[in-house]
Amino acid sequence: MVDFLSDRLRPILFAGWQHFSLVVQCLILATILAVLIATLVYRNKAMVSAANSVSAIGLTIPSFALIGLLVAPFGFGVTQAVIVVAFYAMLPILRNAVVGLSGISPSVVEAARGIGMSRLRTLVQVELPMAWPVILAGVRVSAQMVMGIAAITAYALGPGLGGFIFSGLSRLGGANALESVVTGVGGIIILALILDFLLVGLGRLTTPRGIRV
Amino acid sequence: MSESVITSTPAPAARPEGVTGASILLDQVTKRYPGQKRPAVDGLTLEIPAGKMVMFVGPSGCGKTTTLKMINRLIEPTEGSIIINGEDVTRMNGDELRRKIGYVIQAGGLFPHLSVAANIAIVPKMLGWDKARIAARVDELLEMVSLDPAIYRNRFPKELSGGQQQRVGVARALAADPPVLLMDEPFGAVDPITRQRLQDEMLQIQSELHKTIVCVTHDFDEAVKLGDWIAVFDAGAQLVQYDTPERLLADPANEFVENFIGSGAGLKQLTLSRVSDVDLAEAIIGRPGERAADVLERITAAGHGHAVIVDDRGRPLQWPSRRQLGRMETISAAADPQLPVVGMRATLNDALDTMLVSSAGAALVTGRRETFQGVIDVGTVMDAINKAHELAAIEPENAPVGINTGSLQTTAAAGTGAGGEQAGR
Repeated sequence: MVDFLSDRLRPILFAGWQHFSLVVQCLILATILAVLIATLVYRNKAMVSAANSVSAIGLTIPSFALIGLLVAPFGFGVTQAVIVVAFYAMLPILRNAVVGLSGISPSVVEAARGIGMSRLRTLVQVELPMAWPVILAGVRVSAQMVMGIAAITAYALGPGLGGFIFSGLSRLGGANALESVVTGVGGIIILALILDFLLVGLGRLTTPRGIRV
Repeated sequence: MSESVITSTPAPAARPEGVTGASILLDQVTKRYPGQKRPAVDGLTLEIPAGKMVMFVGPSGCGKTTTLKMINRLIEPTEGSIIINGEDVTRMNGDELRRKIGYVIQAGGLFPHLSVAANIAIVPKMLGWDKARIAARVDELLEMVSLDPAIYRNRFPKELSGGQQQRVGVARALAADPPVLLMDEPFGAVDPITRQRLQDEMLQIQSELHKTIVCVTHDFDEAVKLGDWIAVFDAGAQLVQYDTPERLLADPANEFVENFIGSGAGLKQLTLSRVSDVDLAEAIIGRPGERAADVLERITAAGHGHAVIVDDRGRPLQWPSRRQLGRMETISAAADPQLPVVGMRATLNDALDTMLVSSAGAALVTGRRETFQGVIDVGTVMDAINKAHELAAIEPENAPVGINTGSLQTTAAAGTGAGGEQAGR
């Protein structure tokens, strides 16, 4: 095991970095998209329940199947990986963003409007900051979840640690097969812990003191 | 209320000295919600004089809050126009209008993620004030609402009590020095003791600032205490009576208003006058160390029954009767803990209460630093009640107009319309 790691340290670290980078970039993209969609729907009850159904149903689609389907239009490689990871990352964030925004007391919004804040200003200066801890909780759930999904995108030659898992599984019993799988899985767990730690730190930095629990 | 016919665009009332408020006129304002047969507000015409505090009272769902929110156009009127200081604000940008109108809601409506200072600074920031001016204004306002800026500036709303939050809410509304302040049940969410204190402070602030304040409440006693004018509404924002608290109590327009006032209208009138408003009786003053016989001689000569013993700072210590004085040698410096004392700012209601408890049927009045000012007795209170009744019988000359023109459409639909205006009561 030690030999396996020391022989392939550079490619492992490179794949790990790629995995991490894919997840983080997709998370950022997903957060922006999810918040954007949430701000469009949260005032309308029907739209809110539609958004909630989409995020619930979306999560039931097997990621393996979705990757297979996307190979046809987007081919193998990075594009389909980004689409799949961002799609799954978006769902928990969307749900939390909608819940967070619609959970804000109407009296606070009325006060904001009453002292002359425009709709947009109310959203940006009052509603989003107040919903932010809830949104961030969604981001943390997403981060854990898509760490695993990013590994599966390696099936369609996406970047990251998934490659070690698939190559190990395909020649199980052969030389270094188990080591390869363990490397991929262990690496993903370590990355997930690091990312979660970073997100907790981000939460501490970005949550206003007045609404910290 | 006068029966005068309103002109469609009245000239803005001349502002008395020191008034920073603006006059408001609701001109035949109607609000209809789609899918509802009855309008929420039906053809209301209401004049709110500059620098006065006008209270909207009425049962729940009567449209008083809707009417209030139409003044700053949080709710857009379906028909009619809102005129502030002679300017029709019905068409201007609603957000800009609201920045010039203070708005206070129940529990303050503070933003929990912003500090107290940031909450107060919101409107000045939107108006583009510079940082130093905003910081100075925040401290000034916190002092005005009796919160120490050094302690409270950087606190967050959750670190404040309900009453303190409400104070910050008022400070935020006053931040950009708006001429008009709208309050929607501002003191509904605090305990009775805090509420009373907040009301007293509101009166204090208003006596300095003279804003035009419109305040919605369901508490009639609060309306009587705070209001210069009270508008009593029934369902559909039908204005039943628009009058001064004195006249409302002395001469309710109909049974609805009577029921709304509830029992004890006479006693409520006593809350309208303060001890400082009535003439106090003189008293014979004695000092500790004097011979009791000398003091007794003085009160006998003056025909009084009691003497007031005050200390060297003029604070009352004892209130001995002739008989008590007769039993004393020299007057001691001991303070009587059960002395019936009321302050100059106390209402006649409080004074009467103190008198009834004391055996003397009267109470000592103290002013600044608790110095003795005079004596108030039941007779003085009775005179004040009689005087109030006489005053209330006279219709005030410049009473603001308040009528429902919407009611005409049903009662006088056949008429020519403009001719048949009808007073709201």
